[in-house]
Amino acid sequence: MAYVAVKGGERAIDNAHAWLAEERRGDPSVPEVCVAQIGAQLGRAVDRVMAEGSLYDPELAAVAVKQSQGDLIEAAFLLRAYRTTLPRFGYSTPLDTAAMRVRRRVSAVYKDLPGGQVLGPTYDYTHRLLDFALAADGTPPPPAPRAEAEAATMPRVSDILRGEDLIEGDGPRETDREPTDLTREPLGFPASRDARLQALARGDEGFLLAMGYSTQRGWGGSHPFVGEVRLGEVAVEIVPPELGFAIDIGDVTLTECQMINQFKGSKTKPPQFTRGYGLVFGHAERKAMGMALVDRAMRHDEFGEEATAPAQNVEFILYHSDNIEGTGFVEHLKLPHYVDFQSELETIRRMRREAEVALHE
Amino acid sequence: MNGYNFAYLDEQTKRMIRRALLKAVAIPGHQVPFGSREMPLPYGWGTGGIQVTASVLGADDTLKVIDQGADDTTNAVSIRRFFARTAGVATTTDTEQATIIQTRHRIPEKKLREDQIIVYQVPQPEPLFKLESSRAETRRMHALAEYGAMHVRLYEDITRFGQVAISYDYPVMVGGRFLMAPSPIPAFDNPKMHMMPALQLFGAGREKRIYAIPPYTEVRSLDFEDHPFRTTRAPHRCALCNADNSYLDEVVTDDRGGRMFVCSDTDHCETRQEAGHAGTGEALVREAPVGSAARGGGMKP
Repeated sequence: MAYVAVKGGERAIDNAHAWLAEERRGDPSVPEVCVAQIGAQLGRAVDRVMAEGSLYDPELAAVAVKQSQGDLIEAAFLLRAYRTTLPRFGYSTPLDTAAMRVRRRVSAVYKDLPGGQVLGPTYDYTHRLLDFALAADGTPPPPAPRAEAEAATMPRVSDILRGEDLIEGDGPRETDREPTDLTREPLGFPASRDARLQALARGDEGFLLAMGYSTQRGWGGSHPFVGEVRLGEVAVEIVPPELGFAIDIGDVTLTECQMINQFKGSKTKPPQFTRGYGLVFGHAERKAMGMALVDRAMRHDEFGEEATAPAQNVEFILYHSDNIEGTGFVEHLKLPHYVDFQSELETIRRMRREAEVALHE
Repeated sequence: MNGYNFAYLDEQTKRMIRRALLKAVAIPGHQVPFGSREMPLPYGWGTGGIQVTASVLGADDTLKVIDQGADDTTNAVSIRRFFARTAGVATTTDTEQATIIQTRHRIPEKKLREDQIIVYQVPQPEPLFKLESSRAETRRMHALAEYGAMHVRLYEDITRFGQVAISYDYPVMVGGRFLMAPSPIPAFDNPKMHMMPALQLFGAGREKRIYAIPPYTEVRSLDFEDHPFRTTRAPHRCALCNADNSYLDEVVTDDRGGRMFVCSDTDHCETRQEAGHAGTGEALVREAPVGSAARGGGMKP
C-alpha cells in the first residue's frame, strides 16, 4: 500500500458536520419537532439541561435539546458554552423558598404540618405501564381538578423543628464576602459550603444519585429522613447598587430538598438533628435528594465523623461531579494519541529486546 | 466574528489569564490556578491551550496549530479554524513563519526562536497525580519541594525493568525548583525544552491551571547519575524525507506486519522534501512471520 501523508482533515470535518445535520433532522417526511413542543412536552429534559448547564432559560435549553438530538449532557454543554459569554451583573438576595408558590410539597417526617402535604404532579404513584395510547396521536387529557391556592406561606420543616432547637440552624449569613462562583474562580481546598453546593447544583444527576445512594448502603451513612421536598416558583430579587433596595426580576422553578440526619452529639454539642441541603433548577427531585445526601456526607468534619467513604471525600466529589468536565476528558481519548502510543511502542520493544537478550545470557 | 470579542474571550477574562501567565512566568514550573472558562470546544480538546492562545494573540500574529506534530489532524484543523473565525488572524503551517504555535503532544523539530511563543495543551498539569491523588496534598508537596516519591517511582522502574519505563509526559525539573509535567509530549522532545529561546506556556482548562517556562530556563528530565535520561525514537529513517533524527509515526500499511515510518512533524518533513530530500517511499516488512512476533520488532526494508 502506498502511503500518502494524511490530508483532508478540513474536508472530513465539513462532511461530518453535514452528515450530522442531516441525521439530526431525521426523515424529512416526518414533521420537525419544534422548540415549543420540547419546552411543553419534554419539560424534565429541559429542566435537567438548565440545571447542569447552570443557566435558567427554558427556551434556550429547549433549543439545546433539539440541537443535540436529545443528548442531555451535550445540550447542557451547549448551554454552558453560551452562558460563559454572558456578563455577570451581580447576584441575587437569598431566595425565600418559604414564600414559594408550591405545586408539590411532601414531608416524610410529619403526617401533617402547616401548609399540608401537596402531592402535585408526580410519577410517584403511577403504575409504570406503557401507555400505548401515546403511541397513537393522543387527544389532550381532560383538565385536572383545581382548587384555590392556600394564601399563607408554607414554612420549611427545618424552621418547624428549629422551634424546639432539635435541629441545627441555617448558620450565620456571611455578608462580608461575595458568594463563591466556580465559573469565575478555580476550585480550592478546603472548599467553602457555598462552593460545594454550587458544584453539586451544577453536578451530574446520575453521579449525585449514585453517590447519595452509596451513603444509604453503608458508605458514609447518615440515617436520612426527607424533611421535605418542595417544587414550585420562587421570586428572584436583586439589589441594584444605584437603587439600594431589592427589585423582583422574575420567577424560577426550583426543587428544594431538606434532608434531616441523625447526630448523636459530641462533647461540645448536645444531640441534634443535622441537615443536608439540595436545591436544583426545575423539577428535579431525584437530583435534589441525591444532592442533599451528598452535601450532608461531605460535612463529616463539622460533626467529628470519620470519613471513610467516597461520598464523604470532598475533593473526590467536587472534582468528579461535573459531567461536562467528565465527558470531555473521557471522550478526548478519541483524539489522536499516535505520538504517545508510538513512544510506548518503542519503549516496550526496547524493553522486550533487552529482556530477550537477558534471557539468552 | 459578529457578536463575539476578538479571539472569543472578553477582555476581562483575557486580563485575568494574562495575570496568571505573568505569575507563571515569574515562578517557572509552578502551577497557577486560574478561572478557566467554559469554551465552545470540549474539555480535553485543548480548552486550556485555547484560552492561553486567545489571551496572548494579537491581530498581527501568525498562528500555527499542531496536534501530534501535524497541522492537518482534525483537532488542529478545528482549533486553527476557531481562531481564524474568532480573531481573523493569519494562520500558517510553516513553523518558521509562526509567531504563536499551539501544540498538542509535540514540539516542532525546528529550533524555536526568541520571537516565538509555544502554547502547550495540557490534560493533567499535576506531575505527581499518579503517586498522590489529592491535589490539596500535591500542592503541599510542591511547596516543600518534596519530590522523593517521584524518584522512588523511577527507581522502582529501574529495579523492575532495568530502565525508566516512562515514554511520554516524562517529568522534568524546571529551574531546579519545580517538578513539572511537560504535557504528553514524547520523552524524545524533552531536551528541546531546556534553554529554549522561545517562551513556553502551558494551559490546562479542565484542571484550571496555567504554568510557564521563560526563555533560556534550565529544564532537566528527572534521572539518576548512573541511569541518565535517554530518549527513544523508532530506529528508522523517514520514508518520505529520509530524516534519521526526527520523531517518527508508525503507519500500518497492510495486515501482514507492513509498516512505514514517517515524520510526525509534517512541516519538517515537507520542508525537507522540498529541499530535495527523499526517502524510499517504501514500507518495511516484518522479518519473521506474525506467529513469532514475540521475538521483537525487528524490521528490514
